Amino acid sequence: MTVTHRLQAPLRRADLEPLQAGDLVLFSGTVYTARDAAHKRLVEAIDQGDPLPMDLNGQIIYYVGPTPARPERVIGAAGPTTSYRMDAYTEALLKLGLKVMIGKGRRSEEVKKAMIEYGAVYLAAVGGAGALLSLAIKSVEVIAYPDLGPEAVRKLTVEDFPATVINDLAGRDLYEEGKKRYKKGNKQ
Amino acid sequence: MREIEADLIRQTIKNLFLQANFVLSPDVIKAFEKAKDAEESPVGRDIFKRLLENAALAKEHRIPICQDTGLAIIFVELGREVHVKGGELAASLEEGVRQAYDEGYLRKSVCHPLTRKNTADNTPAIVHVEVVPGDRLKLVAMPKGGGSENMSRLFMLTPSAGWAGVKEKVVQTVEEAGPNPCPPIIVGVVLGGSFELAAREVKKVLLRPIGQPNPDPEAAALEAELLEAVNNTGIGPQGLGGRITALAVNLKIMPCHIASLPLAVNIQCHASRHAEAVL
Repeated sequence: MTVTHRLQAPLRRADLEPLQAGDLVLFSGTVYTARDAAHKRLVEAIDQGDPLPMDLNGQIIYYVGPTPARPERVIGAAGPTTSYRMDAYTEALLKLGLKVMIGKGRRSEEVKKAMIEYGAVYLAAVGGAGALLSLAIKSVEVIAYPDLGPEAVRKLTVEDFPATVINDLAGRDLYEEGKKRYKKGNKQ
Repeated sequence: MREIEADLIRQTIKNLFLQANFVLSPDVIKAFEKAKDAEESPVGRDIFKRLLENAALAKEHRIPICQDTGLAIIFVELGREVHVKGGELAASLEEGVRQAYDEGYLRKSVCHPLTRKNTADNTPAIVHVEVVPGDRLKLVAMPKGGGSENMSRLFMLTPSAGWAGVKEKVVQTVEEAGPNPCPPIIVGVVLGGSFELAAREVKKVLLRPIGQPNPDPEAAALEAELLEAVNNTGIGPQGLGGRITALAVNLKIMPCHIASLPLAVNIQCHASRHAEAVL
């Protein structure tokens, strides 16, 4: 049976300790969005000593560039984008206290090490289920870089937003474990 | 000559991009239905259920199946007896894409490669035109996501690599992609041609419905061998482990230069979106 946890930011290391690779987490409350172009700007701001548009301490970032909302909805499709493109920027954000990242796909060895060092975890939402995931998003506010369009930083309020723990604080990696379990030998 | 109004082309391509982004084609739905029982991993079976739920929701509420509503790729088969009246073919296609992405609340995902400045209307479209006999115009709209495209590869192998070398590179491409391109994937493979022809044809080969093998039995056997090898990786749905990493491998074989063995591997995510119309 899959173990389910409920979490809401702000989060501390102790809140993340019970999470194990393969567990399901339902997030509620505030989640910030940022993908490629926003990460570049956030890290440039850090490098120049400028203030960030949000306090990242204890927070959650979801790698997503949603489709525009129809007038009757708060957001369009909003599934995860591939996370490795954010690897180059991740450590700088972890240093500021970022605790949870949600995306899809593998992280680099450097990011995995940094997550353990700074006490953060990485989860995956179901890629390509953008319509379904959008139902868990209750409000959306663009808080920075509106010129980036789909890549602007948004403050989401979510309710029971589901994601699976990939990299936990113990250093486990669900992608490696899952693959190993189902691998079969190929004829040469 | 048969005349086709440019405005009809604009309207048709617009509708096709809307349809492709909201309604998953029946072959993909059928493949999910089959996989949700066939997958050995319980987590994997659950993912197929959620993908079916997602597709139903997208269709009912006209929310895009995936937020990556893609680069607008268009294949045109232009009958040599067709005359486009009242405008240019290229401009009509471009305008149809612009309107679909604007009016359909689709994401504008096209930008300058270095400044990353968004073109803000999802153009330019990527258009491939082929002139064919007859007086019909066939339009295929294929919104293609970036995540799976990034995991695709083109290899210029040496002839000595042979089938064993080809198989190794296909499996390697899927292994390196792992969970990134949203498995279960569809793997397009083109063997032969030239550098640019292999890359173009491999995109087209992804349009073949899931479960419809290559009509040539020898090529079909090679497809089956590749599918088994890819599924033996254990990557599984969403990369969380399982027996169904790919729903299909679609292979095309073409003649090539005596010095070469071009191999194009184009990965398609499970949201294999395409729609077509014949005017």
